[in-house]
Amino acid sequence: MHYALCLTLFMVGLYGVLMKRNLIKIIISLVILESAVNLFLIMLGYRAKGIAPIMDGTIPPDTFVRNSVDPIPQALVLTSIVIGVGVTAMTVAIALRLYERYGTYDIQEIRRLRG
Amino acid sequence: MFELLGVVLLFTTIAAIVAIETRDLLGVVVSVSAVGFGLIIAFFFMLAPDVAIVPIVVEVLTLVILIRATLRVGLQPFVGNRDFFGFIATAAALVVVFILSMKVFEGLPKFGQPVFATIPDTPSMHYVTNGMSETGAANIVSAVILDYRAYDTLGEATVLFTAVMGAITIIRRKARKAPSEPEVQEWEE
Amino acid sequence: MGGMKHRGMTPIVQTTAGWVKGFTLVFGAYIVAYGHLTPGGGFAGGVILALAFVMLVLANGSKGIPRVLNIDFVAKLDSVGGLLFLGIALLGMLPGLGGAFFNNFPVKVLHIGTPFRLVSAGIIPLCNIAIAIKVASSLFLLFILLILLRIVRTDGESGE
Repeated sequence: MHYALCLTLFMVGLYGVLMKRNLIKIIISLVILESAVNLFLIMLGYRAKGIAPIMDGTIPPDTFVRNSVDPIPQALVLTSIVIGVGVTAMTVAIALRLYERYGTYDIQEIRRLRG
Repeated sequence: MFELLGVVLLFTTIAAIVAIETRDLLGVVVSVSAVGFGLIIAFFFMLAPDVAIVPIVVEVLTLVILIRATLRVGLQPFVGNRDFFGFIATAAALVVVFILSMKVFEGLPKFGQPVFATIPDTPSMHYVTNGMSETGAANIVSAVILDYRAYDTLGEATVLFTAVMGAITIIRRKARKAPSEPEVQEWEE
Repeated sequence: MGGMKHRGMTPIVQTTAGWVKGFTLVFGAYIVAYGHLTPGGGFAGGVILALAFVMLVLANGSKGIPRVLNIDFVAKLDSVGGLLFLGIALLGMLPGLGGAFFNNFPVKVLHIGTPFRLVSAGIIPLCNIAIAIKVASSLFLLFILLILLRIVRTDGESGE
């Protein structure tokens, strides 16, 4: 059921990218898509009633190994979130330049006005 | 705990649907921040504290940048959806994604069992077992991103650098000032 | 479309930001420095440091940050962070220290530090500091570029 909710989030983002005409809505749908993918990666590594992958001196090592959550998806998602903010900033910069040039955020208007 | 996580994910999905369907651009930007907020709470429930601190600040920055893009340049009226052929293509794409994802979800273990517990010899098991003795770090995620998988962090630093250079190239141009406006104190010369 | 001189906020917000800025910077430095023992690390600490400076600019307007933090300096700081990260990685390639790129030479060759203490884990705290410098200056640079610079309509199309 949780995987299905993550899939719904992804499909909402995909619908927004494909179907909307306002450029800001497309950028926001990209943000939702990227959030859905990060959520799915973390969900792959989750262990119910587990321990976060940080050792302290009080947990014996074999209990930690048997109960910990997967550390590799967390490493990948950490990188992915920072890259996502870079991508968002760059697309917003392009959108601002497009508004300056054409006066609108509507992509069909921009296609008509181009040239 | 599962039910609470399901409620949080449901809240995130509803906020996403609100975000792409609202006409008011301020409501859109606030709903995207609600999506990020639900995501952060879901990360905390799934025992990933390292990963959850970063989107807190990233959501604030995205909110400020999007408000700058939408509200400072003047409110744009909402323009609607694309034409009918686009709708057919989108519906076909969504149906294909849904069917393929259902096939993928059948192959995954049940939610709550990590993938690396079902396979005997994975890198994750090696990192968790020997991470402390080989690197000396108590935070296994830091040991993974800076010792075992340091190339990925180098690649991420390169991508962030490229994105910033791209944004500088796009934005920073000598803008022609309107002749009747006074000199405004800027940050570039 | 007019200029974007940011005027700042009310005196309550400015005073509170002035009190909180030191605490936020110290908290960000703590999360960077103890990244190998507690949750956090270079990315989390770096974004918190960037957010401290963003808070100062939002509260005090364009004059809230000293004049030295203009775009050129922050871009150079970004490059310094990246080069520091690469330099630490290349340092592991020296012949006395192991000879591999990204080799964790304080732990494997020099045997400095004991686990669960601040001086442990080898190159991980040093790389955390380099990553924090890089991420903080990149995010602050993106904020300055997209918020504070002026965008002027350069051709006479129909108005907004």
